[in-house]
Amino acid sequence: MPSNASEQRTAPTRAPLATTADNALKIVVVGGFGVGKTTLVGSVSEMRPLSTEEIMTQASAGVDDISAVRDKRTTTAAFDFGRITIDERRVLYLFGAPGQKRFWFLWNQLFTGSLGAVVLVDTDRVRDSWYAIDRLEHHRTPFVVAVNRFGPGPGPGLAEVRRALDVSDRVPLVDCDARSRESSRDVLVTLVQHVSGPVHGSAPTPASTPEDTQ
Amino acid sequence: MNHDPLQRESPDRLYTVTGGRGDTDTRTLDSVTLIVSECEPVPGMQSEHAAILRMCVFPTAVVEVSAELGLPVSVVRILLLDLLDTGRVAARHPASSVQRAEGHDPETLKQVLLALQRL
Repeated sequence: MPSNASEQRTAPTRAPLATTADNALKIVVVGGFGVGKTTLVGSVSEMRPLSTEEIMTQASAGVDDISAVRDKRTTTAAFDFGRITIDERRVLYLFGAPGQKRFWFLWNQLFTGSLGAVVLVDTDRVRDSWYAIDRLEHHRTPFVVAVNRFGPGPGPGLAEVRRALDVSDRVPLVDCDARSRESSRDVLVTLVQHVSGPVHGSAPTPASTPEDTQ
Repeated sequence: MNHDPLQRESPDRLYTVTGGRGDTDTRTLDSVTLIVSECEPVPGMQSEHAAILRMCVFPTAVVEVSAELGLPVSVVRILLLDLLDTGRVAARHPASSVQRAEGHDPETLKQVLLALQRL
């Protein structure tokens, strides 16, 4: 992972933003290890995803007992991000964030002010998403759930996944292939349409895939 | 306190880079606040500060600075606050940080949707 990051740092191939850029937006893709967050970000990003890290500081430790943390090894979390220029003033940053509980200290800074989140799910490890969904609901961050279909075989249907995740019918749930630019774009479109609704998720979005009834 | 060399290495380096200050500043720089240089690097300047000024000739997000420097975001925030304090960079904060109560404005959402649909 460190070699990966340094390799990317030595290849600054991305184009600079316009000098007029002054309003950056965020969407967070959250999910378990290896579920395809970086792949999804890379599929739609105008630059090769960059990798960086955050350390848990006293400020991010928040109300938890800091003395309990101090003697432990410094906690770090790596995350990736990409970028999509919207217009001459707006730019959208896409973050791939680890969803496990131990990375909670990253969440505040990534989710604060974000447009919303995509919970990326691997059907073999659905429970990896429970914590993320719980926190998003708690913080009232609008989100959609995308099932990354990259394994062999059809896997469980969306209705089954919805039951396993225990998310409300108002949360859009879609299939995707994170390797595909079009498919990844459609996930983001579903999220922005969901966020744009009169009330978050008051109606199913037209772009969402109809769920099977198995 | 643990003095295992493995555990000391990284924090020591970070301590040096930030001059020993902690992340206690109440001013906030969002992870996507755009930083723009207001001047050129000068000789004798701390190397990280000079690197930031070169990098931010065009608007550059805090996380991009972090990735380019290979330093954690919270450490980069401290470096950026130094430069902000002395007027050597300007910060363009996300509109969402100013208008959080109302949420994102419809025009922004519309433009994001259009841009995504063009992909």
